[in-house]
Amino acid sequence: MADTSVAHAHETHADAQQNGSAWDGAKEPFKASYGKLMMWYFLLSDAFTFAGFLIAYGALRFSTPTWPEADFVFSSFPFVEGHLPLVFVTFMTFVLIFSSVTMVRAVQEGHRENQRGVVFWMFLTILGGITFLASQAYEWTTLIAKEHMTVSVNPFSRHVADGIYLNPDGTEMRNPDGSIKTFSKGDNYLLHKHNGEFDIPLVKYTTGEYAGQVMEAGFGPKAFGALFFFITGFHGFHVFSGVVILSIIMINAASGIYAARRNGYEMVEKVGLYWHFVDLVWVFVFLVFYLL
Amino acid sequence: MAGHQTYEEQKALVFRGLMILGVITIVEVLIALLAKGHLVESIRFTEGFGHYLYMLLMIGFSLYKAYFIVFYFMHMAYEVKGLVLSVLLPMLLLVWAIIAFFQEGDSWGKRRELIRKKNEEMVKPASSKPQGLYRLPGATYYQG
Repeated sequence: MADTSVAHAHETHADAQQNGSAWDGAKEPFKASYGKLMMWYFLLSDAFTFAGFLIAYGALRFSTPTWPEADFVFSSFPFVEGHLPLVFVTFMTFVLIFSSVTMVRAVQEGHRENQRGVVFWMFLTILGGITFLASQAYEWTTLIAKEHMTVSVNPFSRHVADGIYLNPDGTEMRNPDGSIKTFSKGDNYLLHKHNGEFDIPLVKYTTGEYAGQVMEAGFGPKAFGALFFFITGFHGFHVFSGVVILSIIMINAASGIYAARRNGYEMVEKVGLYWHFVDLVWVFVFLVFYLL
Repeated sequence: MAGHQTYEEQKALVFRGLMILGVITIVEVLIALLAKGHLVESIRFTEGFGHYLYMLLMIGFSLYKAYFIVFYFMHMAYEVKGLVLSVLLPMLLLVWAIIAFFQEGDSWGKRRELIRKKNEEMVKPASSKPQGLYRLPGATYYQG
């Protein structure tokens, strides 16, 4: 990148040292331009925000005796009936990995001052971002419209002990083959809605602290829904912002503004840093929500 | 910036990144499905030592993916040392945050459990008035 702008910056730097003024903006700390440096520090602060949210998730999860299991909650796939645990989120992860890779290509083409290459790879990156947002919209729609999870109502939970299901009149519920319907400790369940009301089954535990008592298998920890929508929503908002910013930079690149600057498409490099960060955060959202 | 690698090397890096991130993600998901008993009915790592091992493995894989993205996709590996340290060292504060807040969450859980137990406790009804005590208005006993 030994081009005219940097050479100019170094001249002013020498000038500033002579005049004793380091405040004219010519001195580049850490040999990185101000824009790039400030993008790094913005990302550092954003990393703390996300870390705060994810640590809050951990703290609240530690504070409740049960917590819904990800492979039970996230098991739907578009146009496919049945139980496909974690398959769709894996697809979403791959969408982000691919869009990160196309972003790296865009930055590389920028260093070579290849305008067509920059615009082409940025366009693919934007498509990746939009695909991810659409996938997230599907995931949210399934949870809200089909499974009735909201910010304050969480119908997903797990049994705290072994036991049997009871009918509303107190008799044992039976499977179609006549055997008693049982469950064991840690089994996942989802409350279903009938005519706008949640159907809360009666259970009788056979082990643990409540052995012998008839109880309701109620809602799961409320925090789960709030944390899920808030954290994935905040990440999705970052992706959305990224798509908007990438689009603006792509149009600028196509118009030739950055070619005229002759600084190796530094703007593309800066928005690239942001886009990789969005992928980086997803690595941890994926870890915390879907794997652990 | 681009001077440290040839164009061919750069394209090779992109392909290597795609492979590393993709393969690690697939391995992670397969291990997760295995650990939760979806692949083989009899194998499960949901409790005890196996579960801790599983979680450590997942965190390790994720940290490696994060390292790769930051150092190669975001070019941290080619930045000046001062920039690297000024971005990465503050992250160490998160170690404290994780320890402190998980401890805190555990404490909330214990306290909530204690309150629930106390709420469910049945108070024994007093069969008779305690001996040698006079009952005063306001339901307090006074030794006379």
